[in-house]
Amino acid sequence: MANYKYHILICGGTGCNASNALGIIDNFNSILKEKSLDDDVQVIKTGCFGFCEKGPIVKIMPDNTFYTQVTPNDCLEIVEEHIIKGRRVNRLLYENPETKEHVEDSKHMGFYQKQLRVALRNCGFINPENIDEYIAQDGYVALATALERNNPAEIIDTLKKSGLRGRGGGGFPTGLKWEFAAKSKGDEKYVVCNADEGDPGAFMDRSILEGDPHTVLEAMAINGFAIGSHVGLIYIRAEYPLAIKRLQIAIDQAREYGLLGENILDSGFSFDIELKYGAGAFVCGEETALIHSMEGHRGEPTFKPPFPAESGYLGKPTNVNNVETYANIPVILNQGWEWFSKIGTEKSKGTKVFALAGKVNNVGLIEVPMGITLREIIYEIGGGIKDGKKFKAVQTGGPSGGCLTEKHLDTPIDYDNLLASGSMMGSGGMIVMDEDDCMVAIAKFYLEFTVEESCGKCNPCRIGNKRLYEILEKITEGNGTAEDLEILRNLSVTIKDTSLCGLGQTSPNPVLSTLDNFIEEYEEHVNDKKCRSGVCTSLMQYFVVPENCTGCTVCARNCPVNAIEGERKQVHFIHQDLCIKCGVCYDKCKFNAIVIK
Amino acid sequence: MEKIKSLADLKKKQKALKAKIDLRERANDPESHVQVKVSMSTCGIASGAKHTMDVLIEEFQQRQIDAIVTQTGCMGYCFAEPTIEITKPGEEPIVFGYVNKEKAIEIVERYVQKGELVEGIIPKNYQSIEK
Repeated sequence: MANYKYHILICGGTGCNASNALGIIDNFNSILKEKSLDDDVQVIKTGCFGFCEKGPIVKIMPDNTFYTQVTPNDCLEIVEEHIIKGRRVNRLLYENPETKEHVEDSKHMGFYQKQLRVALRNCGFINPENIDEYIAQDGYVALATALERNNPAEIIDTLKKSGLRGRGGGGFPTGLKWEFAAKSKGDEKYVVCNADEGDPGAFMDRSILEGDPHTVLEAMAINGFAIGSHVGLIYIRAEYPLAIKRLQIAIDQAREYGLLGENILDSGFSFDIELKYGAGAFVCGEETALIHSMEGHRGEPTFKPPFPAESGYLGKPTNVNNVETYANIPVILNQGWEWFSKIGTEKSKGTKVFALAGKVNNVGLIEVPMGITLREIIYEIGGGIKDGKKFKAVQTGGPSGGCLTEKHLDTPIDYDNLLASGSMMGSGGMIVMDEDDCMVAIAKFYLEFTVEESCGKCNPCRIGNKRLYEILEKITEGNGTAEDLEILRNLSVTIKDTSLCGLGQTSPNPVLSTLDNFIEEYEEHVNDKKCRSGVCTSLMQYFVVPENCTGCTVCARNCPVNAIEGERKQVHFIHQDLCIKCGVCYDKCKFNAIVIK
Repeated sequence: MEKIKSLADLKKKQKALKAKIDLRERANDPESHVQVKVSMSTCGIASGAKHTMDVLIEEFQQRQIDAIVTQTGCMGYCFAEPTIEITKPGEEPIVFGYVNKEKAIEIVERYVQKGELVEGIIPKNYQSIEK
């Protein structure tokens, strides 16, 4: 066996792959071979490191050096300088945005300091396509221990005591869910992993499946043993090709080792897992719709009860859990519920993965203990608002969630506090907005998504959301009335109360929470026909300031629709009926002669 | 491929596989392990620092000591190459000079394992800027 002195870890997640991480891997391999270093240095493709803002990421072990935005052309320098001469390549190190100093390793980066990685523990650390690396990291020990102790009730009891709640959004206690499914009678039962991640901007489930697929397989097998099921199904959207590929590799490897399939570990327990592909409909994240989709029916929700625990897939008792929930389970069983329940707040235990996006310096995937404040996430992990702008709001929970504002910055984040603040945990999307974002337009954006994704089965959701969207459109175009604001609120409440499933019951949340927190912006749009952020173009007009205009004709020549008229050295004029408000004239004018009103 | 038959079987396998990722594991928590830096500039390499590094890695592995062996640039003691700097957890770093194979083994055995000081220590006669 080669005795490696260095390990080069390269992120092989979807984000870094898109920026040519595979080219980096190939280059490292060929350079190392050329220099006969391939017995000294091992190149490993891992899952997501989370710091997607600065991808592709390359990490050198054992000195824990963290290189950002590496290109295939940098490989030679890294090998010659770092590997051969032991000198770090400074220009590729992460630069602290405040002090402009280079940070050598991930331990000293603000982005990682506040994080606690439980579900993501192996992401960016092991090679997801090699079961041996997972086993070396305590992989399958929880399953083997469970089979050896042969006490399903004990597993459920441990989960109940740990306080783990569903990470897909609702936050239902996982142990309780398993108990229902265990008590339910049926000749066959099913274990389903919900990998239908649909919130705009959320990608934590994908990253877990890509970076550590075995943890999900192991947890599902434990789930099967605990409730008496022999078949596991992973419902995953076909848009996640890399996750699907790695899951399939993982399933095959686990079968070869006898960790899935007939008679696992000679215990007499059999369990196997199959992938089911979804076409990427948001509503299929709802468990009844998901089950119907797997059965080959339309992905439409049905009324609960009966709950899937009683009658789910093919009418049999079924337990559905989310990817992130499963990723927590092997660790809880190995470390004990006492360990897990020490993390987090009174009613929300453990950690939560968030996809941090929007106007922060460090966007990426983060895992933090429950009870952390928004301030810590945005200013310490996220590195503050981009370009020094002013913070306005954070949207959590995706299209089902709401906005949190400055007054919520110091609220500890957990399931219950978020609900009380008019938002929700959701699957963990977190979009940060600054002063340049218009809250009416944000609400409209989410409604557009819900209108698109509504399955159309029940009236409140199908018709109601469409009407909400039309009213918002009317307001952003400057045709709104005071009465519209009233209708928005009443309609929202009606949709929430009367929709069939979670999609409709939560879809007006972005409207309600922006109405609650930013009513003054709505009123400005309606009464003054103004958009303070300059996002709603219908409410803006560009004018020439005659005193400043030199008649240089730059604006007229750059206008894409010929809306600007004027002779050389004469004051120019903008035809408002032709203007499409693209802002080119404003950007091009060197004399501040164009203003927005 | 051989199937795994029991928990004990899995644990046995795990132990064997652990060595493959030990290097990464230790890197996450460098302060609690013995850290060795081998000076690897032109003068160091010319005097056999590469060989010294190999010997050190092998010795630590055989004695099952969790150590992080990395290379570094010239420490300035070109007269005493190969030089290495050893930092034991919670202790001040110590620099040794003229570390050939025999010396390396002696240092691992006597200084790292037993805590005795051995011949060849280069006294620290400079200060560096705190980061």
